Amino acid sequence: MGEALLSVRDLQIAYRVSEGEVRAVDGTSFDVPAGTITGLVGESGCGKTTVARALTRVMPGNARIAGGSARFAGRDLMALPEAEMNRLRWRDIAFIPQSAMNSLDPVYRVESQLNEVLIQRGGMTRRQARARAEELFDMVGIEARRLRDYPHQFSGGMRQRVAIALALALEPKLVIADEPVTALDVIVQRQILDQLLELQRRLGISVILVTHDISVVAYVCDRVVVMYAGQVAEAGDMRRVLTRPEHPYTMGLTNAFPDLQGAIGILTPIEGAPPNLLNPPSGCRFAPRCPFSGAMCQHRPPDVRAPEPGHAVSCHRAGEAPALRAAAARIETWAAMA
Amino acid sequence: MSLDGAPPETRTLVRVEDVRMHFRVGSPLSAALSGQNTVVKAVDGVDFMLSRGESVGILGESGCGKTTMGRLLLKLLAPSHGRVSFEETDLQALNGPALRRFRARAQLIFQNPFEALNPRFTIRRSMAEPLENARIPRAAREARIARAMELVRLPEPQQFLDRYPHQLSGGQLQRVVMARALVLEPDFVVADEPVSMLDVSVRAGVLNVFREVRAQLGLTAIYISHDLALVRYVCERTIVMYLGRIVEDGPTEAIVNNPLHPYTRALVAAVPTPHPDQPHDPLPVGRGAPDARNPPSGCRFRDRCPKAHERCALEDPAPKQIDGRRVFCHLFA
Amino acid sequence: MPSDATLAAPADRNLLGRIFRSLHLPLGDPFALVGLAIYALFILVAIFADQIATHDPTEILYTPDYDLAADRSPGADGFILGTTSLGRDIFSQLVYGSRSALLIGMTAAFMVALIGTVVGLVAGYFGGLVDTVLMRMADIAFGIPFLPFVIVLAAFLEPSIWNVVLAMALVLWRDTGRVIRSQVLSLRTRAYVEAARVCGSSDLKIVFRHIAPNILPLSFLYGSIAIGWAILTEASISFLGFGDPETISWGYMLQDAYASQALSTRAFYWFVPPGLCIILVVVAGFFISRGYEEILFPKLKE
Repeated sequence: MGEALLSVRDLQIAYRVSEGEVRAVDGTSFDVPAGTITGLVGESGCGKTTVARALTRVMPGNARIAGGSARFAGRDLMALPEAEMNRLRWRDIAFIPQSAMNSLDPVYRVESQLNEVLIQRGGMTRRQARARAEELFDMVGIEARRLRDYPHQFSGGMRQRVAIALALALEPKLVIADEPVTALDVIVQRQILDQLLELQRRLGISVILVTHDISVVAYVCDRVVVMYAGQVAEAGDMRRVLTRPEHPYTMGLTNAFPDLQGAIGILTPIEGAPPNLLNPPSGCRFAPRCPFSGAMCQHRPPDVRAPEPGHAVSCHRAGEAPALRAAAARIETWAAMA
Repeated sequence: MSLDGAPPETRTLVRVEDVRMHFRVGSPLSAALSGQNTVVKAVDGVDFMLSRGESVGILGESGCGKTTMGRLLLKLLAPSHGRVSFEETDLQALNGPALRRFRARAQLIFQNPFEALNPRFTIRRSMAEPLENARIPRAAREARIARAMELVRLPEPQQFLDRYPHQLSGGQLQRVVMARALVLEPDFVVADEPVSMLDVSVRAGVLNVFREVRAQLGLTAIYISHDLALVRYVCERTIVMYLGRIVEDGPTEAIVNNPLHPYTRALVAAVPTPHPDQPHDPLPVGRGAPDARNPPSGCRFRDRCPKAHERCALEDPAPKQIDGRRVFCHLFA
Repeated sequence: MPSDATLAAPADRNLLGRIFRSLHLPLGDPFALVGLAIYALFILVAIFADQIATHDPTEILYTPDYDLAADRSPGADGFILGTTSLGRDIFSQLVYGSRSALLIGMTAAFMVALIGTVVGLVAGYFGGLVDTVLMRMADIAFGIPFLPFVIVLAAFLEPSIWNVVLAMALVLWRDTGRVIRSQVLSLRTRAYVEAARVCGSSDLKIVFRHIAPNILPLSFLYGSIAIGWAILTEASISFLGFGDPETISWGYMLQDAYASQALSTRAFYWFVPPGLCIILVVVAGFFISRGYEEILFPKLKE
């Protein structure tokens, strides 16, 4: 595993709302090593999309960076002037949205949208751009003649391929993909993930993949960052985290998924709902839903522990993980929280 | 009590015979200009039967007609051709009091709990609506509501009943939606992707409630989904649809462990698993997406099928019975 | 609409409070509040016109020494705003004019909102042939030149303010109907409407319970716009001389002033007050509709 390409430290993002300020991201730290796919996983409202958006510095008007840093190739993205940030976009950091329909302009041919990136941002000539566009379409498996088509002429999966081609146009070092396959059917989803995986390996780029789906993480990611209520619950090597989770939330997530393999078993829900971030609990944020929480968890936020290098857990009882894992596999454990 | 007042006799609750649902989209002029079809055959010749107490998954990708099929089963749409019958009564013939009796017995659980309840109504008012319509006296309503709320494991209903939908979490809302569907104690329930809008951590809770309630009330259930793993969790039988037609229909376990139709094989291979290091087979399917406006001739799957041959373009595959399953594919001729 | 909900909350229990609340008055918007205040003022004047007016507005007045009290300046001989060249009291005409203005404005707005809402609901909810027929009728209404139609109809039946109202209702429902129809088309596909259908609610119940409450603010928006339109239209018609000769209205006052060459005699006190009143009421209507717009489309505020 190489050196970290991106290093996020204690990131804080706040949204202004009518009732006050919501810390949607509240002290998030993680690393993205060069040449890896890092999954950013969690349920809606956990802050994963906010982190992804903040890294591109394209945020809604009521959002503000309230603290922390994100070092990318020696520079802090959070402190960079807008003009410099603009220079980084597409060239060094590219973005793949959940629905490519929203990022493609319906009134222009796909080709002219690719050209805009290649010529305006990449400084290519028209001829070079044409050749590169064809190369990109070939890379993502679309016939070059379809460059002349308009976005609505593509199916959902094809549009997502176009978005990938667009993101890869200037050979960025980091691609941030926000739920890139969520809206797609399973077969297309698998094809897009295969494509993404293959291109990532071939080009050696780094990818941050935002998703709510553990099985997507299991399929493509090298590393995973599990977020809960604006903070990192657990982060580390994907295999290690998914097979031997140390945080009760990760344990809960891995047991909540139905599976085609093995016996049908019983799924264990995590009862309750995430806390209101206008008024987060004073102790561990997962404590109200955690079957293992004790008095300590209610009052003091847990420190981040590193059971081994590259693995971070934010739980008071991380030391007891093997015993907790056994208990977390039983539905009675979680049912007691209902 | 059956819809016409006679006692139910047969084991079959729902019968679907050669049902087609064709929608006209766009104007003939724009169709002529773009060379596209104006008719989308959302459901195009579907037959099946549901026995009492059976739970059946309808599985397929978006645009396969599964949601339309669900609406047809509940007389929310009228088929362009064919018939859907409930206890051997054609749904098309129902109106007036008979329709009201049917509405009390056949219910829908919605995909998006955030939209399925009127945002201006308290939960109590929404829960009371089906009871009003079924002419349940006011005095008995509160008890019926409490019982339904208990059934879906929303204990202490009093703390929810006076709230508005936006004050509840997604998981709670979906339980209210289920409770509302169950408050008249129906025999038949269609669940249209009931957990797809929910966060994973609460999905399991809703699925477990669905399983329990079904067993407890002996419901006949249709579970519409694009996710085979979910269908496997709640249904003994699965009907796989592709572009408006059934491709395979049989016991869920058999379909999961030994899919026969090439499309089902691709679906099973594509389902992601939450376990890392699980071997993934390469997908046995061609690129491209189903186009509901311009489906291919013959077998609808042939343009993506790795095993397609000449005959597939010429003839619609007829159903073949293979150990308790129906498979619609020329490979099994 | 958090603000009007909280303001109306104490009155929740009684019928009046419920009616008040169902109006969805846009009390959160300062402009709308000004508009409502102007309306409140004119409504009070219209109600107590008999008490406020100093003279009979149609009576030809004489001075104590039996001279015609014509062309008096404001203040002279106790005529607050002076008199017309035929010796009628301008202030009293203005006061009674508010009565006819509001009567025309309110009834026209009510008719327009009512017809438009019913047409929109029926066309949007039931669709099919009913929708086609109603919308083609709306197309025809769109093709009718508004002012000439009102003039012709008013002249054909008889020049009375009720015929002016009728003519406006027959034409102006088209905008309301169209907009409400499109809103209903989108509401109809909401999951909770389908949910009501599945649980056995009749069409009538669905329309009244689940759809109509959502489009009421839209009806009020179009109604409040129609008030201004109606008053302006009546003024134009009266000014052109096709108005009801029996009724004192602001338009009639302007016409009277114009015909008596008040402009050249610089009798500003005669034509400025009715003009100002028309402007005030119309502007107030638009202020209120602005408030409704913000309730309906909160994003416009950004």
